[in-house]
Amino acid sequence: MATRDAYGDALVILGKKRNDVVVLDADLSGSTKTGKFAKAYPERFFNVGIAEQDMIGTAAGLSIAGKLPFASTFAVFATGRAWEQVRQSVCYPNLNVKIVASHAGITVGEDGGSHQSVEDIALMRVLPHMTVIVPADGPETLQAIEAVAEHKGPCYVRVGRNKVPTLFGEDYKFKIGKAHVFSAGKDAAIIATGLMVAEALKARDILKSDGIDAGVINMSTIKPIDADAIIAAAKHCGAIVTAEEHSIIGGLGGAVAEVLAESAPVPLVRIGVKDTFGTSGDQEGLLKHYGMSANDISSAVKEVVRKKK
Amino acid sequence: MVVTEDQLKALKEKARKIRVDILKMLTDCGSGHTGGSLSSADIATALYFYKMKYDAKKPDWKGRDHFILSKGHAAPLLYTVLAHAGFIEQAELCTLRKLGSRLQGHPDSKYLPGVEISTGSLGQGLSVANGIALGHKLDKTTNRVYVLLGDGELQEGQIWEAAMTAAHYKLDNLCALVDNNGLQIDGPVAKVMGVEPITDKWRAFGWEVIDVDGHDMAKLTTALDSAETVKGKPTMVVCRTIKGKGSKVFEGKVEFHGTTPSKEECETALKELAQETMCK
Repeated sequence: MATRDAYGDALVILGKKRNDVVVLDADLSGSTKTGKFAKAYPERFFNVGIAEQDMIGTAAGLSIAGKLPFASTFAVFATGRAWEQVRQSVCYPNLNVKIVASHAGITVGEDGGSHQSVEDIALMRVLPHMTVIVPADGPETLQAIEAVAEHKGPCYVRVGRNKVPTLFGEDYKFKIGKAHVFSAGKDAAIIATGLMVAEALKARDILKSDGIDAGVINMSTIKPIDADAIIAAAKHCGAIVTAEEHSIIGGLGGAVAEVLAESAPVPLVRIGVKDTFGTSGDQEGLLKHYGMSANDISSAVKEVVRKKK
Repeated sequence: MVVTEDQLKALKEKARKIRVDILKMLTDCGSGHTGGSLSSADIATALYFYKMKYDAKKPDWKGRDHFILSKGHAAPLLYTVLAHAGFIEQAELCTLRKLGSRLQGHPDSKYLPGVEISTGSLGQGLSVANGIALGHKLDKTTNRVYVLLGDGELQEGQIWEAAMTAAHYKLDNLCALVDNNGLQIDGPVAKVMGVEPITDKWRAFGWEVIDVDGHDMAKLTTALDSAETVKGKPTMVVCRTIKGKGSKVFEGKVEFHGTTPSKEECETALKELAQETMCK
């Protein structure tokens, strides 16, 4: 299931539970899956046309009127085109607006670099009051949407276009600001987010056959980052690899590096887009092209383990 | 609702006092936007002391009408009006722009009750007003939403996105006003980036448009009354104003967009403003 599909389902559930929930989109409701909500609750759905800046401001106004607005479009537009609206009209006044953006990262694929958002986590993370969440699968997305609805204040949730494996069962409990440790590992810990969590789990299996015990941590909340989990992993394994479908500058890798440098300096290798734009291609091809496949992560783990010595 | 002669007299006197307080606070502070605060003073007075419903003791009162100062640099005007309306103490006006003050350089809703949303970055207030108006439409409540724009601000693209949204969703509970003083920080609006014909543009975007002298209290109050009767579309009141209105020291002078008067200039202006009432 794609995380955007889970988002659409979550909105319908939430819309039934709470009649203050309203949803806005900028002509991409079929793609962001807000269309599911629009079908169920047409009077509470507002399409503003291809006008992302206006959408963010309108969402801010709806929150002043006592509504709980969810505003959606592609990540590149929600966080790039409308960045200053998010800053001035949402974060600065600390309004209860939820921005859920889809088609994030390079795995948008064929649409190419213009549509591949590899900067959005950095752009949202730098804003005061903002909470930033990147769910790894469908079930986590469902819980994350419920959690941001309960959380007071601006939230950014990043979802993807393509299907991702389901990693979490019914016993999983998502909590904002809390990392999930799949396995603690011994030689190095892979801290991953979004669809890279599944890649990290594959890398762990590859490494096992080489006799390397790598831990895997799902860091679905990028802000506030779970510093305790990062420090614990650094102390336990002595080496960290981060994996994200985003620029290695300013995103998960940047956030983890900040924590490590200040509180637990250990060798670090960041997997992600290395200060470049995206390009057209299919998911598998792109992950290989940008050095972000499970094989690349396992090589990075070997590299970081060597750095320990 | 028809404005009475007594009301008009009181409103004019209120606007005069507001101008006096704006000048005092700006001169005392030494930084801030003089011209656009003075040009909008009659508009804000008509809104707060004639038209709008609010409870200064309960700024979050659900039955209130909403006002958004999209041209956030006219903050000194908003603060003065909020003081006269009883949201804040008059004494607080002298804290303008000082460290720790609730009276930030541009309005900040985090700190100051009565400010609906922080503004300052131009072009964003109309979208926010639309959102509030949509919320009230959903709730079937009768609250009205007012938003004050600058004419230079109309150069922002987001304004025209929002103009479409307001008409598309038939937001007849929304009334926008533009302070058309013809000057922006770099010079005359017509020279920097022309925005005329303003009325034709808004009509073409599906709005009811009323064109008034923005210093004529009778016309302003009548425009606000008639905006309430418009059904199925939003109303734009184009207020033709004079930047720095109130004293020859500032009137029509672009250099007073973002600067404050010296003590001497303030004294001269205050004398003129005092005479204004004595004569009438």
